[in-house]
Amino acid sequence: MATREEITNRCQALYDDLDFTAARTWKEAKPGRHVIGYLPMYVPREIIHAAGMMPLGILGGGDQLEVIQGDAYYQSYICRIPRSTIELLLTNRLDFVDGMLFPSICDVIRNLSGMWKLLRPDVYAHYFDVPQNYMKDVGGEFYIHELNVLKEDLEKISGNKVTNDALKNSIELYNENRRLTRELYKFRADKPWLAPSSEVYLINRAGMVIPVEDHNILIKDYIEAARQEDRPKRDNSRVVISGSFCEQPPINLIKSIEMSGCYVVDDDYMLVNRWFTKPVPTDGDPIQALSYTFLEASVKMPSCFEPNEDIKGQFLVDLVRENNAEGVIFAAASFCDPALLERPILQDVLNQVDIPHVSFKYAENTGQMQPIREQAGTFADSIKLWS
Amino acid sequence: MNAPQRKPSTDVQKDASMAKQKAMIDGNFDRLGNVKNTGEKVSYTFVPGNLNELIMCFDMVGNYPEINAIQNGLRKKSGGMIMEAEKWGHSEDVCTYVKADIGMMRKGNIGPTGQPIPEPDILMLSYTGCYTFLKWFELLRHDYKCETAMLHVPYTGDGVITKAMTDYVVKQLKEEVIPKYEKVSGVKFDIDRLRENLAHSAKAEDDFVWVLESAKNKPSPIDAYFGGIYYIGPIFTAFRGTDLAVDYYKTLREEIEERIRKGQGPITPEGEMKNEKYRIVTEGPPNYTSMREFWKMFYDEGAVVVASTYTKVGGTYDFGFRHDPSRPLESLAEYCMHCYTNRNLPERTRMLETYINDYEADGLLINSIKSCNSFAAGELMMMREVEKRTGKPAAFVETDLVDPRYFSAANVKNRLESYFQMIDQKRRAGA
Repeated sequence: MATREEITNRCQALYDDLDFTAARTWKEAKPGRHVIGYLPMYVPREIIHAAGMMPLGILGGGDQLEVIQGDAYYQSYICRIPRSTIELLLTNRLDFVDGMLFPSICDVIRNLSGMWKLLRPDVYAHYFDVPQNYMKDVGGEFYIHELNVLKEDLEKISGNKVTNDALKNSIELYNENRRLTRELYKFRADKPWLAPSSEVYLINRAGMVIPVEDHNILIKDYIEAARQEDRPKRDNSRVVISGSFCEQPPINLIKSIEMSGCYVVDDDYMLVNRWFTKPVPTDGDPIQALSYTFLEASVKMPSCFEPNEDIKGQFLVDLVRENNAEGVIFAAASFCDPALLERPILQDVLNQVDIPHVSFKYAENTGQMQPIREQAGTFADSIKLWS
Repeated sequence: MNAPQRKPSTDVQKDASMAKQKAMIDGNFDRLGNVKNTGEKVSYTFVPGNLNELIMCFDMVGNYPEINAIQNGLRKKSGGMIMEAEKWGHSEDVCTYVKADIGMMRKGNIGPTGQPIPEPDILMLSYTGCYTFLKWFELLRHDYKCETAMLHVPYTGDGVITKAMTDYVVKQLKEEVIPKYEKVSGVKFDIDRLRENLAHSAKAEDDFVWVLESAKNKPSPIDAYFGGIYYIGPIFTAFRGTDLAVDYYKTLREEIEERIRKGQGPITPEGEMKNEKYRIVTEGPPNYTSMREFWKMFYDEGAVVVASTYTKVGGTYDFGFRHDPSRPLESLAEYCMHCYTNRNLPERTRMLETYINDYEADGLLINSIKSCNSFAAGELMMMREVEKRTGKPAAFVETDLVDPRYFSAANVKNRLESYFQMIDQKRRAGA
């Protein structure tokens, strides 16, 4: 079995590879294979998989991509992820992708779907809407329709019929992926000194660019390897990261938070890999199961409406308590409307139960870590000294 | 609905319709300020995709937080409100409409006319073309702890409105919106009353479209951006569906007919614009904190806006949509989905192209708003595309809706002057 270091090195290479070689290799291995890209948040990867295609998570260009053309498409007051995604497109790094899904995260990603249609009219680009009404006969029915539209579109692109059996098989694989991801998170929360956040991040990030079958093995191997290592335990403060669900912080920022004296025991990076809080049933109509599970068991995050004011923000308090965290770091991408508009409500909810918090913004290409280290370090110290 | 009449301001030149419009808007503020005496229930809602005809069925008075922000912007009050919200932890990066509203609330909720804005009995979160709306009313709900009705309006990402989308919105109206309004207001829903209101809307919409399309005349008798802001006031807010709005658009139409007969250009704050030199199509909202200064940069150069997308945020009536009393709920659903920012970028680009051709415009000007990603994200792409398709020059300026910190008069003026020179050059090259 591979060592922890070998596993994380592989994931680091996948993270660094802005040409998506792993996905290209997968596609080229057999004629007729197709790849469908998707932006952060949530898309039903099960349907893509059941069509014999590979879902590819596009999370921007990070801090290693020089954005030249992408900047010409966006004003300075718009976040960085759409401009680096455009850069990936215009530099042909996504030329092998057969379709793109744009989930309903925010107005910027929504409008990016239209830009894709204008820039690449020959490539399938679909704005993927999810219901904000959570009644089964209202939002549920609408969502079933949306899922069926997507299924039919993907059947056309792939030439493969998405059978119920194939879909159930895919749901089982992704149920397992979500279960393993949660196991990984629990492992980190229990023993954060054995699973640094930067490593957990890379393991999860790998799941965006390799087949789910491989990723399931990868997570298992990492947990097993990390469990066997003896690494020093530090007197760090335990924190939850909130607000980083779309544009991702650079890996150095994630490392910096930890180096400043924080153990990250939960976060909202790449929520797609643990979007459902319970398994999707496989004993009925699979499309209906995906729809109803979305309504009943989605994670809470700012792009989704919370119909019940009494529990608004409570998920964050629960995350803190379930993970024995001592505080929350609000780390949002600059100009991220959902995260930054939601933040005052969440801060107020935390204040009411005396959970300390601190806030800062970043961009995916933030290079100067000293201010982050100082802020996170002071926060960690204040928890240790006064909480 | 009878709005009390107020004496119009006399410091700038206005048509009778403009004074009438101002009195109507002020009348709604009077009505809001007086709910303690009248006992009327208050519904907060947004402009794009508003359900005014439906809300009126429950005898409720509408409060429009965007309109409050605009009115506060015009009165130079919004800057302090925005900073107040920022003091309470709201990011400098986000929508200034939201912050102007939150800041106004934190400062005692005194509205732009000096009257108190009452607390909402219900927040109608009609979620059309803008994610910020969703967060905005979650923020208000967090403070007011009041009933909230959510209407998720699907985005037309593929450029079409499907039956499934309409059915979804209609079901929400039936199962979420109407029951909540009945509960809060104590008034039973009467579909015939809704039909009657929708018939009023359709009538006003006919005249409104006629007014917008009058800009195809040369010279244009209207300015469809700065003047257009007056024209959209009643139909985008608390008056659509009322006989007051029908009357307002009839008056406005007669006024414009008269202008056409006389061969007159549009009215500006400094009187009639006499020499139409440039015909411009605009994309994006205006700046409200320095609107008069911004407008002056146009009419001083002889530039008139003949079509604007901003006047379509509350409905794209000029592309054929009308409220339909024979299909009341379906019609409301389709109305919401037709609003400009609920349309995908290819559709928005096609609209701009159509405007430039149909209105024989000299070019496109984009006023990109820092606050509004719904409008702004993708505008540079649209600009390139429209230039490519029409061969007409385009220009790009950046301001904000109601945050005075983001209006740099010298920069905007410089860019506009360069743009008008570019049009001249293009004309010379084509001559």
